[in-house]
Amino acid sequence: MQVTIDGRTASVTPETTVLEAARSVGIKIPSLCYHPKTGKAGRCRACVVEIDGMRGLQVSCATAVRDGMSIHTRTETVLAARKMVVELLLADGAHNCLACEKNGGCELQDMAYDLGIEAPAFIIEDRAAENDASSEMIVIDRRKCIECGRCVSACQNVVVNEVLSMAHRGAQTQIVCDADRPMADSTCVQCGECSQLCPVGAILPKKSIGQGRPWALEMVDTTCPYCGVGCQVTLHVDKAANKIVKVTGREVEPNDGMLCVKGRYGYEFPSSPNRLTQPLMLKNGEHVPVTWDEALDFVADRIKTIVAASGPDVFSAFGSGRITNENNYAIAKFARAVVKTNNVDHCART
Amino acid sequence: MTNSIQELQDAKVIFVIGSNMTEAHPVVSYYVKRAAKKGATVIVNDPRCTDLVRWATMHVQHQVGTDIAYVNGLINEIFKNGWADEEYLKNNTENAEEIRKHAEGYPVEKASEICGVPVEQMKEVARILGTAESASVCYTLGITEHICGTDNVKTLANLQMVLGNIGKYAAGLNPLRGQNNVQGACDMGCLPNVFHNYQPVTDAKVIAKMEQSWGVTGLSDKPGYKMPTMLHKALSGGTKILYCIGDNTVQTEPHMAHTIKELEALELFIAVDIFPTITTKYAHVILPDTAWGEDDGTFTNTERRVQRVRKALTPPGEARPTWWMLQELGKRLGVDLKLTSADAVWEDMRSTSTGFAGITHPRIEKLGLQWPCPTLEHPGTRFLHKDGKFTRGKGLFSKTDHIPPAEVPDAEYPLVLSTGRRLWHYHSGTQTRNSVGLEGIFPEELIELNPHDAVKLGIKSGDMVKASSRRGDVTLRAWVSERAGRGMCWMAFHFAEACANVLTNDAFDPVTETAEYKACAIKVVKVADGSMPRATAFPRQARP
Repeated sequence: MQVTIDGRTASVTPETTVLEAARSVGIKIPSLCYHPKTGKAGRCRACVVEIDGMRGLQVSCATAVRDGMSIHTRTETVLAARKMVVELLLADGAHNCLACEKNGGCELQDMAYDLGIEAPAFIIEDRAAENDASSEMIVIDRRKCIECGRCVSACQNVVVNEVLSMAHRGAQTQIVCDADRPMADSTCVQCGECSQLCPVGAILPKKSIGQGRPWALEMVDTTCPYCGVGCQVTLHVDKAANKIVKVTGREVEPNDGMLCVKGRYGYEFPSSPNRLTQPLMLKNGEHVPVTWDEALDFVADRIKTIVAASGPDVFSAFGSGRITNENNYAIAKFARAVVKTNNVDHCART
Repeated sequence: MTNSIQELQDAKVIFVIGSNMTEAHPVVSYYVKRAAKKGATVIVNDPRCTDLVRWATMHVQHQVGTDIAYVNGLINEIFKNGWADEEYLKNNTENAEEIRKHAEGYPVEKASEICGVPVEQMKEVARILGTAESASVCYTLGITEHICGTDNVKTLANLQMVLGNIGKYAAGLNPLRGQNNVQGACDMGCLPNVFHNYQPVTDAKVIAKMEQSWGVTGLSDKPGYKMPTMLHKALSGGTKILYCIGDNTVQTEPHMAHTIKELEALELFIAVDIFPTITTKYAHVILPDTAWGEDDGTFTNTERRVQRVRKALTPPGEARPTWWMLQELGKRLGVDLKLTSADAVWEDMRSTSTGFAGITHPRIEKLGLQWPCPTLEHPGTRFLHKDGKFTRGKGLFSKTDHIPPAEVPDAEYPLVLSTGRRLWHYHSGTQTRNSVGLEGIFPEELIELNPHDAVKLGIKSGDMVKASSRRGDVTLRAWVSERAGRGMCWMAFHFAEACANVLTNDAFDPVTETAEYKACAIKVVKVADGSMPRATAFPRQARP
């Protein structure tokens, strides 16, 4: 079927929502609660639009298209309503972009910018909301929570760890772990999907706070180094300090953005001061630093001597399930083409 | 995996056996839990009460090391009730009558006696599998790390062929591989019997092809030794040199004391690693490798997807990539291996392979590709053996029989120890213990004991205990919980200072030489009273 959005025609299937139809033809409708992974929510009302023949404003993330629909996403009424939503949200929380970790990656900030809001038009007494910084990896800053519910849906339906939910009512509504326990004592497994999908700075990766603004960090796509799932990740790298300061999941196969505690937070080991940084050789019962030339000359010479005396099959090599395909191929080729043995194996057996 | 990870969320029935996926493959478990939430029947078969049980329809707690008896019992029941996919058996398999007859030796009553699963529960599992439109089987090291690991896998393959479940969407036989690139290490020919792309070293044509491609002569056509044999031969002088890359052998091989003796016997032990470990201690030469994030290349995941890894950091000090070291050594030994960059290495490999011929670094710039991918236009292969068309032609059933673990409990060592991984750590801990915060969550190894056994031994959670096997002993804190089945204990191998592999048995499967990490006999005695570092009364996922 076909619909018209701001004069543009979109061909869509019946189960498409108005918001999805708009995005499919490159028209951006902001949404704070809706996310493609968590689905319709209809909570924040930031995505309202006008539709010919329908009374009032419609929530585009939860309205299905109908053939011939004519949709308007930026009328005066729409923008006024959207502005009111954003101003109320800004007023109802400690949204201070100067200090906020999410600055530059915040969807609420983007909306305020888009609507030209400089300062909130209202003042609402700050709720005495408590932060939860009890866990090792994740901070819940409830003063910034806009109660969009993405994190709850992510925890319940995306990663299905079933820890987060909304508790209490009205102005007291807040995100809680299990039956309102500190995150560190809850059943949370620290997968961090909540923080990845939080549109604002309410759920943050604890170790990344203050480690660099998004525009100052380089993003490098790679594959997680832990289990065999091969999750696709983006490294956020502080080039000057030569360290990874944050990891996020890429929303592609196989992981669709989801990660586990190791993949999302176990990223400092390359920068560990415990790394081996130079070749070492055993001399008089001690490992002492040597140059590459000395180490390689020694190894080559010993391989040559021992193999000449005892044959190639006294040489064995372990590749590794931890290293790249290229490095595994390299060691297999070395054993076969240089030493002339097939004694090459790796830890897949164990 | 014959199938792809994301297909699991659409499965109707998921049969998980010997896989603690919420801890070892968390992202796979998310898809399984999604399926459960949509109404799929999830059957968790495990001697342990793993966290996935919380989302499962049924938990079958069979005894450690009885997988063959249990699954053969299910196959018997499936045939008996006419639930086998007869058409699939006729068209896609070779010797269905043999397996039908063989399964007759495992009526559920007999199987139940061996595996300890109630007859009624076995019948119910068989009914669910037998009457399902399709079912996916997921397994991990709980299946393979037994002296009968190969037969365990064959038995699961039998089950899936009897049910006609191989070659279908959201079904199949799906081993979840434990490390980021064990699949790739196999694919690249880091195996004693095959070159990359699984080309046999015993095939003269392959040897000729590789000699031509590599510009060398005299390649060996004699299969090499598997890893445990390589190590065992060190003691008899059959192995004199070990070039070991990224493998903390002392901590990860079974029977630690014996492994150390083997390494000490070597004339030349070269350890290439990113951290000093309890293994590098025994090396004559230690070479500093680049870590993940410091070099380009690819990993291949458990669903055969070749994906890019990239350099984001400058390696510290003198650390260099493995391919560079081997190029330099090759030069010194008179062979130019042409290992000049990660991309050049891949291209060298690709030029003599069929399954990866269509995969290039530029092609997988944004998204990976699943092999087989024979041409540059090929889209990759989501699931193998489509419509039941097997690589070898028709599916072949293997007759398997129950084999008890090599070491079973007795009066002196009355408990079964099974081992594995925890959510919070990885392998020998070199990565996770050198990252920030994971040790804060899980600071020390704990031995898991069932409350029934713990009460008899006078042990409570947090007490210091000594766990001993015929091969050594470890002192650590006890965690008393229902996670361990009655009569069993469980430990991981992440912490060098309290490592399960001091205790584990190095008996291995005769075909794969995979050791029986999942079963050995131990005793546990209390050493001192103690308490949990961060004990709460509340049950938490994957920690006390």
